[in-house]
Amino acid sequence: MNLTWIDWLIMLVYFVFVLGIGFALKRYTKTSTDFFLAGRSIPAWICGLAFISANLGAQEVIGMAASGAKYGIATSHFYWIGAIPAMVFVGLFMMPFYYGSRARSVPEYLRLRFDEKTRGLNAISFAIMTVFSSGISMYAMAKLIQVLHIFDAPFRMMGISEARIFDVSIIAAALIVLAYIFLGGLRSAIYNEVLQFFLIVAGFMPLVYLGLKNVGGWSGLKAALPEAYTHSWQGMGSAQTNPLGVEVFGLAMGLGFVLSFGYWCTDFLVVQRAMAAHDMTAARRTPLIAAVPKMFFPFLVILPGLIAIALTPAHMQQGGWSSYPPSVTSAQIEVGKAGRGLIPVKVDEATGGPKLDQNGKPVLDYDLAIPNMLLHYFPTGILGLGLTALLASFMSGMAGNVTAFNTVWTYDIYQSYINKNATDEHYLWMGRMATVFGIAASVAAAYVATRFNNIMDVLQLVFAFVNAPLFATFLLGMFWKRATGHGAFTGLVSGTMAAAIHHGLSLPTGAVHGIKGGWLGVVHNYPSEMAQNFWTAIWAWSVCFVVTILVSLMTRPRDDKELVGLVYSLTQKQAEHHLEWWKRPATLGIAVIVMSVLLNIVFF
Amino acid sequence: MGLDIRIPIGLMFAIFGLLLGLFGLGGDNSVYERSLGININLCWGVVLLIFGGVMLAFGRQGMSRMAKDQGTSGSEKRVH
Repeated sequence: MNLTWIDWLIMLVYFVFVLGIGFALKRYTKTSTDFFLAGRSIPAWICGLAFISANLGAQEVIGMAASGAKYGIATSHFYWIGAIPAMVFVGLFMMPFYYGSRARSVPEYLRLRFDEKTRGLNAISFAIMTVFSSGISMYAMAKLIQVLHIFDAPFRMMGISEARIFDVSIIAAALIVLAYIFLGGLRSAIYNEVLQFFLIVAGFMPLVYLGLKNVGGWSGLKAALPEAYTHSWQGMGSAQTNPLGVEVFGLAMGLGFVLSFGYWCTDFLVVQRAMAAHDMTAARRTPLIAAVPKMFFPFLVILPGLIAIALTPAHMQQGGWSSYPPSVTSAQIEVGKAGRGLIPVKVDEATGGPKLDQNGKPVLDYDLAIPNMLLHYFPTGILGLGLTALLASFMSGMAGNVTAFNTVWTYDIYQSYINKNATDEHYLWMGRMATVFGIAASVAAAYVATRFNNIMDVLQLVFAFVNAPLFATFLLGMFWKRATGHGAFTGLVSGTMAAAIHHGLSLPTGAVHGIKGGWLGVVHNYPSEMAQNFWTAIWAWSVCFVVTILVSLMTRPRDDKELVGLVYSLTQKQAEHHLEWWKRPATLGIAVIVMSVLLNIVFF
Repeated sequence: MGLDIRIPIGLMFAIFGLLLGLFGLGGDNSVYERSLGININLCWGVVLLIFGGVMLAFGRQGMSRMAKDQGTSGSEKRVH
């Protein structure tokens, strides 16, 4: 890594601005509404950019490029099928109830619509989940800093052992995020997310430009890769003929409906950004505005993955592996040569040599696609910008989780079960304390991840089970007035159990019993892990949907009067006559859908 | 709300643009071998500087509108 003073200066300027925003906003943060909901005063475009930026964490940037390198442009399904339709739906149809009910969080909506136990279940599982997600984000960042040797030189200069880089990275990231959220609450998080959004675009755009130019543009990329890599729909008819190993129904229903709507329409992490909007129209426009940059993100995050795998030695005359720091051993360089393009082989920590799979083939470390692209193409100067963008993406992912956690903790757990009638000042104080606690817990989670890799996998699996049925509950809650609290609660619990049972009874082909499934005995084999995930979600959703309906029909419904503003059929539609037609959310929603259909056709 | 977000964004990108641009002008050209011979610092620095300038201009406009709105208590936006 050849970083010079200019790279450090750019990084420093960024951190000064991040913290500066926190300090500048401190004086506008006087009530708990300011802290948790940004005073419900933010314009739609800012909320919209924060909406996607909060989701633009490490998993997104690193993971989507990795998946681009592994599966090709079909990864864009996670955007064009797995995000856009759900974002349009939440904006047009669900936001009127989230924003209109004046609920301060998603679990609080569940209490207004259903009952206390449904809220409690959602609030507690969500709170635990956010802490672990932010911990995983932190862990991944520190690991990356360590692997890429980003901070080796300054550490040597300061005389700190390189073994401490992991700890220092975690603590530093935690303190920065803590500082700006503690000071300015959600508003500060949102402002920083917008800053991070532009930074990520500014850092990755030149990377895509240079990479594409190097491989000879889109046509050059197509020529260098297998056919399936550059077509998103070809071969989707059957799981055997496409790189994802999923058939079209599993993709559309599992990813496009259950998982995507479950995330974008019910996850408080993103919905909170829209709740901060200054009025109902702005709140409804938030996810719609977010959908526009979202649909072009594949070009920014997936394309670098494709380029990284397409590069041949002829492309790589400059830079390349010669840029290894002197500490790299010859065994590690051997590992490098076994990789494909810029994607190295995973290093076996025990032997120091390449890690091999069951068939003796080397396992590629796809997660290094983006970092290696940065190192390969960026000279000092812009390299600082690119690395800062990468760090920004980790921090925005972390901050999003922390703001969602402190709100759910304070409103849905502390105020509901521990201290009901405190002053607003007290809740504001509690919010700040929850921020400190949430970040401390994330740091702890990051260290848990370093010790027990399996525990994190198990937890993520459990979260998937808890999340999968959620959208059925919200769909019935918002559009069927007969749905009851008992119905919702039993539906959620049985949906989660259905997910666990389905996972326990199925196994992706070639996988071993245990964390990958089959722990109850294998009844069905899926062609890929992704197919198994999608079908787990489909089962969970369907069971929750059916059980909620059945139990609701057997229990006493609530009075229509109590459900006004919470259910579609009992809520007056918002008048939009005063808005010009092109400013109405519906127009924007249709435009977004048309654009995303066009993108699918272009990359068919 | 007091602070228009476009001001810090504009300022930060203008600074990034200046830093990269000046570094690209003055620095040694051999580092651009890896960026296919393009002086990417200078090019992207200019782009960021322009972007920062535009954001700053919009931000200043927004701030003065905000100041005016506060004078008239800004009721036109409250529709619900």
